Amino acid sequence: MRIKVRIWRQDGPAAQGKLVDYDLDDISEDMSFLEMLDVLNEDLNERGVEPVAFDSDCREGICGMCGLVINGRPHGNTGGRDGEANTTTCQLHMRSFADGETITIEPWRADAFPVIRDLVVDRTAFDRIIAAGGFISANTGSAPEAHAVPVEKKRADRAFDVATCIGCGACVAACPNASGMLFVGAKITHLAELPQGQPERWTRVQAMVAEHDADGFGGCTNIGECSAACPKDIPLDVISTLNKDLRRSMLH
Amino acid sequence: MATTTLQKKKPISPMHSTIGLKLMMAVSGLFFVLYVLLHMYGNLKILSGRAAFDEYAHHLRILGEPMLPYGGALWIFRILLLLALVAHVYSAFTLWKGAGEARSHKYAVRSAAAATVSSRWMRWGGVALLAFVVFHLFQFTWLQINVGGEFSSPAARVVAAFGVWWLTLIYVVALIALAMHLRHGVWSACQTLGYTSTARARRTANAAGIVLAVVVAGGFLIPPLGILFGAIK
Ligand code: HEM
Ligand code: FES
Repeated sequence: MRIKVRIWRQDGPAAQGKLVDYDLDDISEDMSFLEMLDVLNEDLNERGVEPVAFDSDCREGICGMCGLVINGRPHGNTGGRDGEANTTTCQLHMRSFADGETITIEPWRADAFPVIRDLVVDRTAFDRIIAAGGFISANTGSAPEAHAVPVEKKRADRAFDVATCIGCGACVAACPNASGMLFVGAKITHLAELPQGQPERWTRVQAMVAEHDADGFGGCTNIGECSAACPKDIPLDVISTLNKDLRRSMLH
Repeated sequence: MATTTLQKKKPISPMHSTIGLKLMMAVSGLFFVLYVLLHMYGNLKILSGRAAFDEYAHHLRILGEPMLPYGGALWIFRILLLLALVAHVYSAFTLWKGAGEARSHKYAVRSAAAATVSSRWMRWGGVALLAFVVFHLFQFTWLQINVGGEFSSPAARVVAAFGVWWLTLIYVVALIALAMHLRHGVWSACQTLGYTSTARARRTANAAGIVLAVVVAGGFLIPPLGILFGAIK
């Protein structure tokens, strides 16, 4: 297939960027989106042009490293509204696009995720949120027997479901307020549903929300774009759980 | 690649966090919902005739007498409304500003997948509602804008005013804005208060938003439209 890509090019964090058009003539529809960019980069290398910088690692949809805003949608996701299930950019295939289509590719846009180069952004803010409280404290030494603490099935299921968050940042990229609440909600819910998360439950939520706000993410307005963009389909109700835990933490 | 550590601003207390501000917005908003329902009930008194309407307006003022002075209960409610308004507007503008700063570089291509029309109009729609409330107070509370003539009876004032088509039109537009505000606001308040932690509760909260929007806009529009088209005299 033949396509035209319009890609955000930016030489460095402080550089002025712009959208640049490239034509690709020989793209197979079985290629993944990132393979299409690999083809483009080989071509650019041959022509002596600086290749397009983008993030990727596992290329099998589990690490959360890749992430591009494709035609205004993070990972190209619409929450199933375009008839396709949500996925990560590395698992998106060119057959999802029409022959002759122009595809605009931009980096995640949020001041908390500054652009490093081209399509690569710095998502350390998520690490700082995790470091602020997204953990449980356990004594080292002999590991406790795994089945010693019973977990209600319903809670275990919910904890597992929200723990599928890979921290890619698509929620922030999709949010009209550049809020990170779906990410924080997933982490809070994951630990709040489990017995092991209880001792630090109330300090955790306060610390993680404070870090989220200090990092310059916006506030949530419950619009739902985050969930529609999430490659792991984290539901909006984790934000409700997060809000409830923050409210209850003030009484503890 | 080297990573940078952002300068930490001073720690944010829970009540001043973005979620704390949203709580403020939700609680004040739900108080407004209570208020509009009471207000709507009062307006619908016009269906029982002008005397019933005027009597209701009078009763609002002697409510609680002799424990409270004349107009006492009404004033308590007005002060609560004013406090709620300050909280609502303060949190809305603070969060609006923060959201703008959170994405100073906008996307070249934007495409929404989940946003409802109502959710996108919360901020400018809220500003429109505020403008309407000021207009509305000048008209019916401070009696500075007298459309259709000046009368001492509240019912006479209302009937004369809504006989004028453009005034009714202003109210129709304002109530559409209110319906949209309630459609997203009710759902959003439930979410902020943490009542929607299951898919089912989420659907219920969304349905409640739609029902309230339709009931409130419909209920408020019966008197003006009834008057304009001559069904209420
Ligand atoms: C068609 C719709 C409406 C009609 C006919 C109407 C009518 C009135 C009337 C007659 C009063 C004066 C009551 C009195 O004299 O005691 C009043 C007061 C008021 N209305 Fe409305 N109203 C309408 C819609 C709204 C809406 C949508 C809002 C905004 C949420 C609103 C907010 C207020 C406020 C804040 C007051 C002042 C209460 C006070 O005096 O302390 N009204 N309205
Ligand atoms: S590269 Fe790992 S999820 Fe896409």
